[in-house]
Amino acid sequence: MRLKGLTLGLAAAVAATGITAPAVQAEETQFFPFFTYRTGPYAPNGIPSANGMVDYMNYVNLKWAGVGGVKLVWEECETGYNTKKGVECYERTKGKGTTVVFPYSTGITYKLIPNAARDKISILTVGYGRTDASDGRVFPWTFTTPTTYWSQASAFIKYIGAQEGGMDKLKGKKIALIYHNSAYGKEPIRTLNLLERKFGYKLTTLAVNHPGQEQKATWLQIRRDRPDWILLWGWGVMNQVSIKEATNIGFKMDRMIGVWWSGAEQDVVPTGDAAKGYKAGTFHAAGRDFPLFKDIKKVVYDAGKGLPGGEKFIGQVLWNRGVVNSIFATEAMATAQKQYGVKRVNGDQMRWGLENLHITAERWAELGLKGFMQPIKNTCADHEGNGPVLIQQWDGKKWNIVSDFITPMREVVRPLIEKSAAAYAKKQGITPRTCS
Amino acid sequence: MGEILEFIFAPILIFESWRFGMEVVISGLLAGVMYSLVALGFVLIYKASGMFNFAQGVLVLFAALNLAGFIGLGVPIPLAIILTIGIMILFAIVVEYLILRHLVNQEQIILFMATIGLAFFLSAFGETIWGSEVKKLDVGIPQGRFEPFGIQIQYLELTAGAVAAALVICLAIFFNKTKIGRALRAVADDHQAALSVGINLRTIWIIVWAVSGIVALVAGTMWGAKSGVQFSLSEIALKALPVLILGGFESIPGAIIGGLIIGLGEKLAEVGWGPYVGGAIEDWFAYILAMVFLVFRPQGLFGEKIIERV
Amino acid sequence: MFYREAGQFYTTYAKDQGIFQLKQDKYGLWGLLFFAFLVVPIGLYLLVQGGVMAGTTKDYLYNSILLLLLVNCMAAMGLNILTGYCGQISLGTAAFMGVGAFTAYKFSTGMNYRVQKEDNAGELVSTLVPILPQIDNPIALILLAGAVTAIVGVLFGLPSLRIKGFYLAVATLAAQFFLVWCFSRVEWLYDYTSSSTIQIPLLKVLSFIETGTITFGMPDGSTKAVSVSGFLVAGSETLKVPDGAKTIVSASGFILTDFSKALSSPDASRAVTGETFRIYPVPETKYIFSLAIVVVFAFIMKNLVRGRIGRAWMAIRDMDIAAQLIGIRPLATKLLAFAVSSFFCGVAGAMLLIFYLGALEGAEAFNINESFSILFMVIIGGLGSITGSFLGAAFITLTPIILINVQPAISDVFQDKALVEHIQFMVFGALIILFLIMEPLGLSRLWQIAKEKLRQWPFPY
Repeated sequence: MRLKGLTLGLAAAVAATGITAPAVQAEETQFFPFFTYRTGPYAPNGIPSANGMVDYMNYVNLKWAGVGGVKLVWEECETGYNTKKGVECYERTKGKGTTVVFPYSTGITYKLIPNAARDKISILTVGYGRTDASDGRVFPWTFTTPTTYWSQASAFIKYIGAQEGGMDKLKGKKIALIYHNSAYGKEPIRTLNLLERKFGYKLTTLAVNHPGQEQKATWLQIRRDRPDWILLWGWGVMNQVSIKEATNIGFKMDRMIGVWWSGAEQDVVPTGDAAKGYKAGTFHAAGRDFPLFKDIKKVVYDAGKGLPGGEKFIGQVLWNRGVVNSIFATEAMATAQKQYGVKRVNGDQMRWGLENLHITAERWAELGLKGFMQPIKNTCADHEGNGPVLIQQWDGKKWNIVSDFITPMREVVRPLIEKSAAAYAKKQGITPRTCS
Repeated sequence: MGEILEFIFAPILIFESWRFGMEVVISGLLAGVMYSLVALGFVLIYKASGMFNFAQGVLVLFAALNLAGFIGLGVPIPLAIILTIGIMILFAIVVEYLILRHLVNQEQIILFMATIGLAFFLSAFGETIWGSEVKKLDVGIPQGRFEPFGIQIQYLELTAGAVAAALVICLAIFFNKTKIGRALRAVADDHQAALSVGINLRTIWIIVWAVSGIVALVAGTMWGAKSGVQFSLSEIALKALPVLILGGFESIPGAIIGGLIIGLGEKLAEVGWGPYVGGAIEDWFAYILAMVFLVFRPQGLFGEKIIERV
Repeated sequence: MFYREAGQFYTTYAKDQGIFQLKQDKYGLWGLLFFAFLVVPIGLYLLVQGGVMAGTTKDYLYNSILLLLLVNCMAAMGLNILTGYCGQISLGTAAFMGVGAFTAYKFSTGMNYRVQKEDNAGELVSTLVPILPQIDNPIALILLAGAVTAIVGVLFGLPSLRIKGFYLAVATLAAQFFLVWCFSRVEWLYDYTSSSTIQIPLLKVLSFIETGTITFGMPDGSTKAVSVSGFLVAGSETLKVPDGAKTIVSASGFILTDFSKALSSPDASRAVTGETFRIYPVPETKYIFSLAIVVVFAFIMKNLVRGRIGRAWMAIRDMDIAAQLIGIRPLATKLLAFAVSSFFCGVAGAMLLIFYLGALEGAEAFNINESFSILFMVIIGGLGSITGSFLGAAFITLTPIILINVQPAISDVFQDKALVEHIQFMVFGALIILFLIMEPLGLSRLWQIAKEKLRQWPFPY
């Protein structure tokens, strides 16, 4: 009985302290919520991404005392890659002065897009999310900078063409797409189908259900069809198993290309050396040999101000991508500060900053990332920023870039995006704004 | 009409290339054995306590996490295995002490719910200790493949098959030839009768949970060798459930036979029918297959006949 | 002292069969409804207007707590009919909710199907052709969703005649996996979008936008204005300011539309002749609608389970052979339970799409974990109890949120975010076990004990 009383009392106490007062927004700070997932099935991928975002912001504060004299503050919110938890995160942090969110999940992105304009909160999806949202006329508040899945798919086909010795050689080649059976995994299919009609290769699509621990049937079909190339569109444990199975059946690893979410250090861990030769897309360089990263190590970690156990992630693919995410945010913020002559930027201004984001090669060098990425330029109509795609390859120890920057087939992808966005606009009764 | 026939018989038509057909059959059977490894843990606990242990998947993860963690710390593999077994036994004692003894005589669904709570706790606990990163687990299981008659077979899966066979033999000896085993069967048959002849129910529960922890370790080692040790390991429990209902909740041979049927069935379906309907059908196909069996034998293939009295 | 039945008696049979035997219960319920329908929305509105609470906090309460809670209550009631009253364990709840959501979506977009043909240049041109007129009334959509889900539920309930207990539970996973597969594979369901996601279009109740002359309360004396009235429930609508109008007003009070925001937002203040701006539903509208639906269905459920049908369900639950002997047809009774339960779940799914998420990916929103969490609610709350469904839904929905909100305190101690999150999971798991050990019959049983104690309080002997 006493136990009962005690536990009930405890529960009541927990409930009472649960109501927290709304946070007070201090002067001269800019707030960013980070939707991260350090738990759950996708945690191995979520941790380095989250660390990258946090580490860079931390670095900016320590090194430059914020952006334009405005300290950056942030709050991590755990989504577990779950839309409902994401909604909770969004609503809870909304009142703290959010101007831009990075949902880091396809489901959460789709949920947030319809309300972005009302809440005046931009959605920045770096390399994921809703592809057709890069049409800025229909989706003024959504940014897919620097590039999208559809662009990437077209870049892969371009790369395969080059490897085969010309786009005309693609005719009759067999390409298999192994994809995560979800909104994310299905994104490239339409583009690949369109290019199939154009170039005459033969596309086989093989879906793998979440979580993808068991893929025997998929790889039996690969054994039967003997494709010339495999494109892997996986996430989480599916990546590790796919790469393992590919080596198991003796598929030539340098003819297997993963999406940029299938090409991190974590994905090749269980396979190790055998995965040598495996390729993956990316939109930024690999490794930690950039002045910025060395400086982050020095300023943040050597000073003991980093995340616990975070140092080992520096230079990892997903960590680098987290840094890119934060750079886009801070650069957009700086752009907005300059335009409006303010210190702390509001939602409208941040949106303007993202829309006019222009990171030149010189600016990349200034940031200490020379050759890390190509220049990025967003416009009113184009929120994709024109980012090219790179191919990286696993050499058993680390990822190396093995291609030049590949420009996606804009002439194919852009009309697709516009058509899809127009259909969305019609259905939702949105009048696209004019960009001129 | 031809097309419809082709669709209906698609899983059989894959034998047009007999090599490929055999490959599907062998892979299916071996994949099924991998499911059986997980299902065995469920069966053990259900048999002894009537508890549908939802935490079995997490137990697999927890065991593999410990093993991979110890190996990662530089502990030699045999010692790491012994340490892990020790932890699983300790875990069984703790579970009995903190949970099971307080839930004696409760309804099955309450016990089931308690194991879900346990699953929540344990998965977070394991990751707190060992971290969430993907860990490589290499205990010397042979990698690679060989190709008799052009049929490709993976060593890993063959090993899994052998281990499962060995495990079932061990369990059979344990259940049939040892004193503890007899006590276990007595408990499974009738709790009260077992108590009245002086069998200590609590000891039995500890033993059963420890044994199913060790079975989980074996399953975790096999699956972990494939994908690395990470949270998703706990989700393979869902692949074991159709095996379980097909074979019957209380039957160890049922778990093996069920695994073989499910493994073979779902692979044939996926390779045969999958391409016609967009693929990824094996998950639900396994359940539908199990359900069809259940309609004819509501207690599973080898389950104990459900006797209903009014 | 206050909770006593002494002196309360009934003189007619009908009164003796009333839902509430005690006046206190009756008044308590009316009080609760009054609180939920009026005090909560008006109170929160006044708090925000008075500057006590931030507007975003109000949004947070509605959008991420109350709406989710109501959806979960609805789903838990649905499952409780099947599992709690009829004794059939189901793990396919989320999939049935999904059926409801997709039904609502298809009806709201006019049941499009696709026509594909090649144009002269050899390009594939596809067009969506609607079969039915679009339905933009949320209530109609929700009822349709329930009806369609009931049919699907009956189909998947057929094996229950042969299969029992946990075998049935696992067999219902067949429904779960198959239906979720359909949500990501049957292109027709999601209107052939490339990503298989759906987004609910504009839904509204009653007339919505009127343009006309309004002669009172114009800030700048203008006479022509847009009057926004009616209930905007989901989606958003573009308004075009008509010629001559300078102001947008609402004639319909605060819970109807997002009118305060429209007035205060820069978009609206800039709105001059011919310009457009978008208008969104306010959370209060969604809340009131969801609450009303839940209350109506709870009332229906209460009357179902205490009548002949409910008694038949319970007889089947307690011993189906015995039930058969006293003349209850097991197949019909079980299937009816499946149908009614699925109807409720379908309604819950439609609510999830319309009121809570707005846009979702079927395979993700209705995955197996959702099924489990609704089963938790039913068990933790108490099998075979309507109050239990509510309490269980509240426990499972609110505990993680409460834990998240005490998190900042823990975060200061532990720098590691993942650790804090893991501690949360451990506490949640431990709480479940603790509750089961303390009271295996669920929270509703605790509530009952409390009521019994209250009857005697403060003189227990």
